[in-house]
Parts: sequence; C-alpha cells; structure tokens
Amino acid sequence: MEKKNLTKYLLSMILAIIVIVVLNFVLDNYKIRILNLCFIYIVLGLSLNLIYGFTGLFSLGHAGFMAIGAYTVAILTMTQETKQMTYYMEPMVPFLESLNTPFIVAVLAGGLMAALFGFLIGAPVLKLTDDYLAIATLGFSEIIRIVIINMQSITNGALGLKGIPQKTNKAIVDFMNDAFGLGLRPSINLLWAGVTAVITIAFIYLLIESSYGKAFKAIREDEIAARSMGINLFKHKVLSFTIGSFFAGVGGGLLAVSLGTIDPTLFKFSLTWNIILIVVLGGMGNIKGSIVSACIVTIAMEALRFLDEPLNLGFMVTEAMPGLRMVVFSIILMAAVIYKKDDSSIKSTLEKVRGRYAKN
Amino acid sequence: MSIQEFLQHLANGTSLGSLYALLAIGYTLVYGILRLINFAHGEIFMLGAYIAYYGLTLTSLPWFVVFVLASVFTGIIGVTLERLAYKPLRNSPKITNLISAIGASFLFQNLAIMLFSGRPKAFPSPDVLTGVIYIGGVSVNIISLIIPVVTVVLLIILNTVIKKTKTGMAMRALSKDYEAASLMGIDINLVISFTFFIGSFLAAVGGIMWGIKYPQLIPIMGVMPGLKCFIAAVIGGIGNITGAVLGGFILGLGEIMLIAFLPTLTGYRDAFAFVLLIIILLIKPTGLLGEKTAEKV
Repeated sequence: MEKKNLTKYLLSMILAIIVIVVLNFVLDNYKIRILNLCFIYIVLGLSLNLIYGFTGLFSLGHAGFMAIGAYTVAILTMTQETKQMTYYMEPMVPFLESLNTPFIVAVLAGGLMAALFGFLIGAPVLKLTDDYLAIATLGFSEIIRIVIINMQSITNGALGLKGIPQKTNKAIVDFMNDAFGLGLRPSINLLWAGVTAVITIAFIYLLIESSYGKAFKAIREDEIAARSMGINLFKHKVLSFTIGSFFAGVGGGLLAVSLGTIDPTLFKFSLTWNIILIVVLGGMGNIKGSIVSACIVTIAMEALRFLDEPLNLGFMVTEAMPGLRMVVFSIILMAAVIYKKDDSSIKSTLEKVRGRYAKN
Repeated sequence: MSIQEFLQHLANGTSLGSLYALLAIGYTLVYGILRLINFAHGEIFMLGAYIAYYGLTLTSLPWFVVFVLASVFTGIIGVTLERLAYKPLRNSPKITNLISAIGASFLFQNLAIMLFSGRPKAFPSPDVLTGVIYIGGVSVNIISLIIPVVTVVLLIILNTVIKKTKTGMAMRALSKDYEAASLMGIDINLVISFTFFIGSFLAAVGGIMWGIKYPQLIPIMGVMPGLKCFIAAVIGGIGNITGAVLGGFILGLGEIMLIAFLPTLTGYRDAFAFVLLIIILLIKPTGLLGEKTAEKV
C-alpha cells in the first residue's frame, strides 16, 4: 500500500475512535447499548464476509465459534465468587475457578481458542464444497453447542453463565465529574467494541489488499482456475477460515460481555443466520456493505420492537401479537434475498432502483 | 440388557427410523432435481402436525379424514413455498437458493410462534392409536408398530409412482439431466411442484405420526428432525430414495441403540447424527448408495 494511503487510513481510524469517544458521552444509555451491538455485529459480519464473501466458503458454523469465544471470555473474566455462586449444580474445575485474567487477554484468548477450533475443524472439512460444506460446518457448530451443554463442570451446562462483568466507563466518568464538575452518567464503555471493530475493519482491509486476499478472491471465483495458477487451495482456505473464526471468537466474547449472561440456546443456528443476513444484504465481499448492513440489521431488530406491542392503527388498536416482529423481520429479509437474486450489494441495488426511476 | 429390553429398543428404533425415512425422502427428492437443500422441510413437518392438531380440535371429522386432509393441505403449502421462495431464484447461484431456504425456514418458525404460540400443545391422539400391547413380554406402543407399516406402504406407492408413471419418469429424467429434460418437452414447473407436493405430503404424514408418538407440539419441533433427516439423506447418498430410507433407519436405530447401550452418552444424543454426518462426508462424500460424479472442468 502506498504511503499516502496509509496515512489517510490511519487518520480515518483515529477520527473514528474520537467519534466513538464523543458519542459515548453524548448518547443516552439505550442508544449506546445499540451502538455497542452494532460494533459487535460489524466484527461478526466482517469475519463471516472473509470466509464466505471473499473466499466463497459457505460456512454455517459461525455460532459455534462465537460460543467458544463467548465462553472463554466469560470464564476468564468472571470473579471467583461469581463462579462459585453460578456453578451450584456441580462445582467448577478448581483450576478454572481461580483463573482470572484482564479483559483484553480474555478477549484475545477467546479469539485464539475459536481460531484453534476453526483450524482443527477447517482442515478436514474444507475439501467439501458448497452445500456439503454448509451442512458439515452446521454440524460442527451444533456439536460444539451440545458439548457445551454437557460439560457441566466447565461451562455450567444448560444453566449458562451469569454475572459476566460489564465494561463501563465509570472510572473515567467519575474522574471527569470530579475534575471538571460535569454531570456525566456512567454507561457501557463503547471503546472496547468500537476499537475492536475499527481494528477488524483495518485488518480485513489490509488482508484483502494483500496477495492472500487476491488468492482468496481467485478461489471464490473459480477453484480450478485458481489451482492451475499455482494457488495452494488448502492453505488459503484454512487460513481464511481460521482468521474468520478468530474474529468470530472475538465478536462472541464481546457479545458475552455486553449481554452479561450467556447460555447454550443463545448460540443456536438463528444466530448464524443473523450474521449470514448481514453479509448477504451488505454484498458478498463488500466491506463497507457489511458495516452498513450490520448497523441496519441491529437497529432494525430494535426499531421493529413496537410490532410486538398493541398497535395503534389510527382507527383501531390491535391486540398484542408476540412474535409479529420476527415475522415482519423475516418477511423483509426474504423479500430482500429474493429481490436481489444475484450477489449485488445494497449500493448497486439502490443504483438500480434509482436508474429505474430516472428513466421514467 | 435382557432380550426383552433389546426388542423394545429395536421397536422404538425402527419406528423412529421410519419417521426419519419419511422426512429424508422429501430432502432427497428435492435435492435430486433442484440440487437444493430444502431447509424449510423440517418446518413443513412441523406444520403438518399443527394442521392435524387444529383439524382434530376444531372440526368433528373422523381422525383418519383429518390426517389425510392435513397431509394434502401441507403438500399444497410445500408447493406454494417452492413457487414463492425457490422458483424466482432458479437461475441464481446455488447458495442464494440455500439462503432463501434457510430464510423460509425461519419465516415458518416465526409464523408458527405467532399463530400457534410458543407454548407446547398436547396432540389429541385418537384413542385407537395410543394403547400399549404386549408381545411375548415386550410392551410396545401401538403407534410404534403402525409407523413402520404406514411407512412401508407409502414407500411402495412412491416407488410405483416413480417407476411406473409418466410424471415419475419425468422426475427421474430431471434428476439425471435438468437441461436435457427441459429440452425434451417436460413441463419442469409441473414436475417440480409435484415433487414438492410428494415431499411435503410425506413430511406431514411423518409429522402427524410424530405427534402421536411424542404428543407435544412446539413451533421448533421440526428443527432437529429436519437437520437429522437431511443427514440421513446424505448418509444414504443424496438424490437416492433407497439411500434416504436406509439412512433414516441407520440414524433412527443408531440413535436409540446408542442411548440403550451407553446411557452415559444420553446428553450427546443429538450429536450422534452430526458426528455420523462428518464421518460419512470425510470418508465417502457421495453417501452409501450415491453415485460418484466427476467434477468437469
């Protein structure tokens, strides 16, 4: 990459982080929570986009890697007292019970753990193609979930983990209130997820620009052609899958911290589906698209919440229909998938629509 | 383990295997023609059971009429699903179709949660089918004996339809070579609709019998059986009907026997199918009875 470009990207990264810090003080708690989720879904969306969008490996196992990351982070950050209280069915393994690491170490460990499993799973199954790969990765994701349910003394089984310490900016806010007499209220510290998202974007961007990224895209376009050009299919597929799993683990860990509670049902297939949608709606192999669609999907899930309550249609008030939100959400997304048909991004779809109106 | 216990497990395994076989056929038929994993097939199975539930509780029709009507109606839902969710995408990449199928599956689940509520419903099984009989000291649910019989009868009918009728021939032609078949004047849309009808009909029959055997309906009841039956189809060799039946029985019997012989692994019951899938995919990706196809450049 050219030097000029590099400074430009470094500057925009710093700018993004400054914006995040400012938003952290300006927005109210509810909005900060949603923004935090947006950042996490950006990390997750990009990690799957690397595997599916850029390398063309249709993996349905994302929730499994997220679960590994989430459980690793939860176990490493929870305090010993909380663990003793949570593991009441069966005491935790003593070594893990006393284990406690700083947050950043835990998140990295979560990512590495997921990457390790990604490597172990990827190495045998990545020779499969298309829907066979999809179903095999889905199988592994389910196996991971079932193993988590059954490892009572490590993961607390079906009961899940509660009391994962949240990352708040209380210390900074207290300090600023004392120093400047401001009336700020503490909230979630957006910087953790925000900076992770910025780093992920930068990393994926650089990776895609490198020779590795070019090889990934070549594999996506045509495996046989790529192989005949001397690209080592196996090496690149496993590499892409492992890196993607790493970020899935990191995203899962952040998700665990932001939710505060995790249990095996959270990591069902529907979680993978949300992330596939982010990638599909944003456009395969489109980084900006994934970022935008991660935010849209996260915000839409919150914004459509009113549908589950009694609706005031102006002339009448309907009864509350729990579940209507998810139905509407699924219909919108199905319509988007069928309407888009090809792998176009949101942007090109918008252009198409605009072109149609411009003509008439 | 006494011989009585073993026979009891065998009966359970056979009936579970029959149910899996019924569902697996739907996957294999659709995959054979469209090369699509119909992810929503498990939800069709769930809808079949729910429609029969409402037929039994809201109407006063005799149960066998309700069961037949519910299965036909579910078949029509299957055809509609294909028209709305898969037909517009027929020339799109394979994965787009798969995504649409997963989307349809979630849409059905959410619709079911909204319409039928997420709370479990007890299936009002007709009394004739719920009894227990004793054969040589082995107590067996009547339904566990009926399920394999119904399955075998349906399989014989299906086999005749596919081997002897014109539509069956068209189905076989489509699965051999889609392009060439369409050039020979076969009405593709009709054949595909027919395939979806048969698949969904069989899934509904499976769903209803599942409801009688395990009398609790929940909107997500189709997810696990759906996944497992796809696995059954893959184990047998996807696209091959005999293979699907074989896979269904291997999975059903294997699952029950695993718990019977190794009770400590009960928690891993659902993992059994997935482990088997991965082993099969790694050793023989075309399945036990699948034909080997070479990748053409």
